[in-house]
Amino acid sequence: MEFPGLFNYWIVVVLMMTGFYIVIAQGNLVKKVVGLNIFQVSVFVFYISMSKIRGGTAPILDEGIEIYTNPLPHVLILTAIVVGVATTALALALVVRIRDAYGTIEEEEIGQLEQEEET
Amino acid sequence: MTVTAFALVRLRNLFAVVMLSGIFSLLAAVLYVVLDAVDVAFTEAAVGAGIATVLMLGTLALTTSVVKEAPQKPIAPLLIVSLTGALLIFGTLDMPPYGDPSAPIHHHVAPRYIEKSGSEVGPPNIVTSVLASYRGYDTLGEVTVIFTAAVGVLILLGGGRRSRKKRRTAGKTGG
Repeated sequence: MEFPGLFNYWIVVVLMMTGFYIVIAQGNLVKKVVGLNIFQVSVFVFYISMSKIRGGTAPILDEGIEIYTNPLPHVLILTAIVVGVATTALALALVVRIRDAYGTIEEEEIGQLEQEEET
Repeated sequence: MTVTAFALVRLRNLFAVVMLSGIFSLLAAVLYVVLDAVDVAFTEAAVGAGIATVLMLGTLALTTSVVKEAPQKPIAPLLIVSLTGALLIFGTLDMPPYGDPSAPIHHHVAPRYIEKSGSEVGPPNIVTSVLASYRGYDTLGEVTVIFTAAVGVLILLGGGRRSRKKRRTAGKTGG
């Protein structure tokens, strides 16, 4: 097997797990959103790297070009990026509301505040 | 890019985290250019590195910018993450190698798009014709999602005493 082989998938897995780790291990809500973004970008890289064909060019029609990279994943990811930003905006709006309601954006402090309210 | 991601895990200052995530997006855009996905790179640079960063900075302005957390050693998350990563890498062993023209993804509808879109739709950019014509419903759904998100942001931030300040942040989602 030549060098790139499956290397692109491994990069994707490492990135994805980094994002996953941030989401589950960090208590700060803004950082969790950043982690989700990293996770998302890893999926985008996965799709885009699958669409690449060796020796192909960008999918813009022109004379004398035989091999084009697969355009379909590009379209899907174009949509996904924009949707991703929309969900990020919604998540950040929720963070702002949580900060208004609890005065903090740390997960543990919110949990403590809720326990105090119950007792 | 991976180094940037790792730095993101360690940093405590949220301002630096947001800036690094912008850099991360730009690096991703560069990677897309290398992988021939120029349209995706445009979008990532403009939307991912631009608008998302502005939104996060707006959130930081409305909340705090310092992470207050006890430096604990989270063993369980690390374990879960390593396990999942190992499983995923095991899964990639069956994937077609990078750049392989005989991979199944290149033999379904993509050849038809490449051959016919020039005469059927028109624009030389195949991504444009697929996005606007063949998969127009996807784009319609995308617009619906953005609209829903914008409405949600406006509802969440609209009321209350600091409404005017927040509307400004919410307005940026429309772009």
